[in-house]
Amino acid sequence: MATTFSLVCVLLAVAPLFLIFFYTLFQGISAINLDFFLQMPKPVGETGGGMANALAGTGILIGLGALFGLPIGIMSGIYLAEYGNNPFASTVRFLSDVLSGVPSIVVGVVAYIIVVLPMKHFSALAGGVALGILMIPTVTRTTEEMIRLVPHYYREAGLALGIPQWKTTLRIILPTALKGITTGILLALARAAGETAPLLFTALGNRFWSTSIGQPIASLTVFIFDYAKAPFEDWNRQAWAAALVLIALIFLLNLIFRVVTRGRYTER
Amino acid sequence: MQIAVKAVGHELGGVLTSSTPPAVSSGRASKASRWNVGDMVFKNLTLLFALIVFSLVFLMGYEMYKGSELSIQKFGLSFLTGTTWDPVRDEYGALPFVFGTIVSSMLALIVAVPLSVGVAVFLSELAPGWVERPLSYLVELLAAIPSIVYGLWGVFVLVPWIRTTVEPFLSKSAGFLPIFKGAPYGFGMLAAGLILAIMILPIITSISRDVLKAIPNLQREAALALGATTWEKTKVVLASARSGILGATLLGLGRAVGETMAVTMVIGNRPEISFSVFDPGHSMASVIANEFTEATSDMYVSALIEIALVLFVVTIILNALARLVVWSVTRTYKAG
Repeated sequence: MATTFSLVCVLLAVAPLFLIFFYTLFQGISAINLDFFLQMPKPVGETGGGMANALAGTGILIGLGALFGLPIGIMSGIYLAEYGNNPFASTVRFLSDVLSGVPSIVVGVVAYIIVVLPMKHFSALAGGVALGILMIPTVTRTTEEMIRLVPHYYREAGLALGIPQWKTTLRIILPTALKGITTGILLALARAAGETAPLLFTALGNRFWSTSIGQPIASLTVFIFDYAKAPFEDWNRQAWAAALVLIALIFLLNLIFRVVTRGRYTER
Repeated sequence: MQIAVKAVGHELGGVLTSSTPPAVSSGRASKASRWNVGDMVFKNLTLLFALIVFSLVFLMGYEMYKGSELSIQKFGLSFLTGTTWDPVRDEYGALPFVFGTIVSSMLALIVAVPLSVGVAVFLSELAPGWVERPLSYLVELLAAIPSIVYGLWGVFVLVPWIRTTVEPFLSKSAGFLPIFKGAPYGFGMLAAGLILAIMILPIITSISRDVLKAIPNLQREAALALGATTWEKTKVVLASARSGILGATLLGLGRAVGETMAVTMVIGNRPEISFSVFDPGHSMASVIANEFTEATSDMYVSALIEIALVLFVVTIILNALARLVVWSVTRTYKAG
C-alpha cells in the first residue's frame, strides 16, 4: 500500500515536468528560426521579426550581474571554506541561505530603491545589480562546497612544503576546485537569465537595440511576459521560442554541472 | 593515491617556480613574516566580502523600511487590514493581496505536501539506487525551470484545462460548497494554487528526502524485527521525520509566498476577496509586479515598497525557522 501510494505520487510529481518540457519543446521548435536570433522585434501587428536585442540584453544583464555578484560570492565562499569554523562564519552561512529564500521581486524592489531612484530612470545597471544580489547565495555556497571537496592532503602537502596558507589556497586548492566552481557559477548565471520579476522595474525592457548600461534594456524573460499577455498569435509563438531557448540553456548547464560534480565525488 | 601525489607534486612545482626569486632567496625570518602578512591580508580580504554578504540582508531591510516610511506613517497597521486599494484617491489597504497570497499558498501546500512526502518516501525508502538517482535529478530539474516558463505554460495549458475540465467537474460534484461557487474563469486562485504546487514540490521533496535519509537504519531494522510491514515501517520513519518535514513545508511555503511571475500570469489580478477558489484574486508579489512601473505618486510607490517589505520579513522568518528546524533534526540524527 505504501508502495502504490508513493508510486502514484511519483507519477503525479514527474508528470508536470514532462508536460511542461515537451509542450515547450513542441511549441518552441515550431516557432524558432534564424530570424528569431538575428532580427529585431517588429511593430505591433506585423508578423515575423525576432528577439536579437533581447538576447543581447539578457547577455549584458547577466554580465553586469556577474560583475557585482561573482567577486562577493567567490570571496565569501573562500572565506567560509578556509576560515569558516567560527560563529561569524556560521551566521554568514545562515544569512546567505536566508537570502536565497528572499523573493526575487523583493530584490528587484531593493535595486529600484538603490539604483533607479537616485538615477531617476530605469537602466540596465539596476537590472544587473538585482541579478548580482540574486547570484550571491548560490555562488557563495557552491564555492564553499567545491573547495571543501578538495582532498585535505592537497592542502597538507602545500603547507608541508612551507607554502603560506593563502598561496596554498590560491595556487593549489582553487585550481583543483576550479572546474566545480566554474560550472556552479554557470548554473547561477543560467538561473539569473531565467529571472523576470526583478527586471520588470529595473531594466524595464526595450523594443529597440540598446547596449548602454544607463538605459532601459530588453531581456528574453520580460519579452516572454509581454508576448504571453499579447493577443497576437505571432507574439505568443515567439514567447514559446524564447522559453525554449531559456530552458535549453538551463537544462544544458544543469547537466554539465551534474557530470562535473559527479566526477568530483568519485575522486574523493 | 600515487597519481594524486604526483599531481600535487606537479602543481607544487608550478607554484614554486612561478613565485618570485627574491622571496625564495631572502632570509628565513623575513620570509616567515612576509608570509604571515600575506595570510593576514588574504584572510581579511575574504572576510571583507563575507561581511558584505552578512550586511546585505540588513541593508535590504533598511532600504525598504526607508522607502516605505511614507506609507507606514500614514496608514500604520491598518495598511494590512484595509480593503480599499485606490491609487486615484491615494488610499491603500493591502488585505486583498495578503488574502490572495495566503489562500494561493495554502492551496499549493494542500496539494504539494502529500505528493512531496510520497515522492520522498519512494526515493528514500523504496527505490533502488538506479531509480533514485535519475528520479531525484528529474525532480531537481523541475526546480530549475524559470518561473516565467511555468507562467507561460500556465496561461496556455493549465488555465484552459482548469476552465474546461477541473472547474466544471468540481462545481458539478461539490458545487454546494462555497469554495467551489461561481463561473469557471480558469484564471483565478485555483490556477495559482496549482501552479504554485508544481513549483514548490521539488524543494519540499528534496528536503524531506534528505531528512528521511538522515534517520538511522536502526529504527527501520527495529520496526522490521518487530514484524512490521513496509507500510508500518514507513509510518515509524515518517513519525521520526515529522519535524523535518515540517521544516521542508515551511521552506516550500516561503517559496510560494514570494513566487511572482507564474502567479501573476494565472491569478487574474483582481484585488477582491472572494471565498470561491474559482474567482480571480491578486497576491502581494503580483501587485508589485503589475503596478510598480505605473505607480505615479510617492505614496503609491511607498505603499508598494511596504508590501515588498512585508514579503521580505515574512519570507525571512519562514526561511530562518525552516532552516533551524531542518538543521536541528539532521544534526540530532548525525550526532546520534
